[in-house]
Amino acid sequence: MSLNRRDFIKLTVSASALASLSGCAGGAIKSAAAKPRVVVVGGGYAGATVAKYLRIWSDGGIEVVVVEPNPYFISCPLSNLVLGGSKQLDELSFSYDALKQHHGIRWLQDTVTAVDPVKKKVTLKRGDITYDKLVIAPGIDFIYDQLPQLQTDAAQQQILHAWKAGPQTVGLYRQLHDMRPGGVFVMSVPKAPYRCPPGPYERVCQVAFYLRQHNPTAKIIVLDANPDIVSKKDLFLKVWSGMYPGMVDYRPNSSVVELDVAQKRVTTEFEQVGADVLNVIPPQRAGQVAQMLGVANVDQRWCEVDFISYQSAVLADVHIVGDAVSAGLPKSAHMATSQARVCAAAMVAGFEQTDPDPAPVFANTCYSFVSDRMAMHVAHVYRYDAAKKIMLPADGGGVSAAPSELEGSYAHDWARNIWSDVLT
Amino acid sequence: MRRVHIILSAASLALLASGAVWADSDVGGSAGQVRTQGPVDSASQRQHIRVLAASCAACHGTNGNSVGGTPVLAGLHPEHFSSQMQAFKSGQRASTVMHRHARGLTDSEIVQLAEYFYKQPRHASALPPAAKPGSGKP
Repeated sequence: MSLNRRDFIKLTVSASALASLSGCAGGAIKSAAAKPRVVVVGGGYAGATVAKYLRIWSDGGIEVVVVEPNPYFISCPLSNLVLGGSKQLDELSFSYDALKQHHGIRWLQDTVTAVDPVKKKVTLKRGDITYDKLVIAPGIDFIYDQLPQLQTDAAQQQILHAWKAGPQTVGLYRQLHDMRPGGVFVMSVPKAPYRCPPGPYERVCQVAFYLRQHNPTAKIIVLDANPDIVSKKDLFLKVWSGMYPGMVDYRPNSSVVELDVAQKRVTTEFEQVGADVLNVIPPQRAGQVAQMLGVANVDQRWCEVDFISYQSAVLADVHIVGDAVSAGLPKSAHMATSQARVCAAAMVAGFEQTDPDPAPVFANTCYSFVSDRMAMHVAHVYRYDAAKKIMLPADGGGVSAAPSELEGSYAHDWARNIWSDVLT
Repeated sequence: MRRVHIILSAASLALLASGAVWADSDVGGSAGQVRTQGPVDSASQRQHIRVLAASCAACHGTNGNSVGGTPVLAGLHPEHFSSQMQAFKSGQRASTVMHRHARGLTDSEIVQLAEYFYKQPRHASALPPAAKPGSGKP
């Protein structure tokens, strides 16, 4: 164990956390005296899951350090319910303490400023840390190239995305709440791929659910850059016409090309649309650390990986999981955790000098709430296709026949169980 | 199927026998989706099932210890697990979402998942603690 390698950690991790770590057995990892160290950048669904399962499956034989700037976890899944008024953001906000303590994960609340993949060193605002393997789970960043009017902080405070759950979610709820009677809520959807394929359409349902009760003459205009509803199309159309009749005006092939922040007016290739509340969900790419490392090699947006190990196609010993990955896979929380476990298992196998599973299989279940109580699913099992070297949906997957309260109840069970799995 | 020997009932011995047949051949699955799988006892096959089982955690909790609402899979009798999954697969048991998952799995995977969950100790799962008030805005 090299002392200088650990100095920074010793300075920043509490004494009690270190004491609990010292009790860990070496486990099955056959290596030199020092445990291999994996640094995980990002503590969202993907990053927290990689960290937990690396510790469990290596029997404590891998030292895991998570770097996450946020002091606590806020769930994107269910955050549209905050707009509908049936959830508070506090109910979706959790401490990392149980995860850290149960699994002896070292945790640095800090921000990555640089990575040197040759020296295997991550530079943080408050120091450096070396790694044997690096996992990045950076989530998404927004691309403002096409919307220069939104590039300033001031503009971003007025025209909210609310596409990362947090203060923006509450801010958009307030704008909705304060909207004049009979006002127009305009939401723009970016071209796929983006985080959470059915998310924008679920948001339309939640905004409609709120307006139906509090502002029934208000309207919602959806400007979708895609040629059609990206996910659960028929179900959403039925919900909009059946549960919220006359409220939702859906316009496909409508990319926002210009935007007037002060006037809350957007221009598409076809028309100008004025709004009382304007919610622009900008185009997205892999989070900043991926851009910093140069591993976002697909359209300079997403990260190409090997689906057996989630190792970057660009850099050795750098693995990428979650929404940042380029795949024909939905960018969902369950998917992020499934990818994270395949990555963790392959990494443990690598340190143990055994072969990884040559054909991983995992499931994805994604619920969308159409009111405070009713939800509907899309669910598939995904299997590795050895010829194409990608994950493909297996037969038997699909969507609900109709939204129901029973599925709403299962959706809440899904949330509670995934929070428990990821964060305890 | 080395780990099946702990199952003692006659019915489970039948399961053992059929499991051994699957283990000797490449697992074709209902739709012939799985191209290659090693022997059931190989490290990579154990990894395959462990990762697949962990994928159930989103609804059924870590190692099948659900926090509530969905069935606890930890310690569930393997025969019951397999028969229910086969019933979801065939449509004999109605479900909202489970048929989608059951149909995506091979028969061998269902048998091995049953074994895996049977071996998991049951314990109470908990929600993570709430974020502390005043711990700062992210």
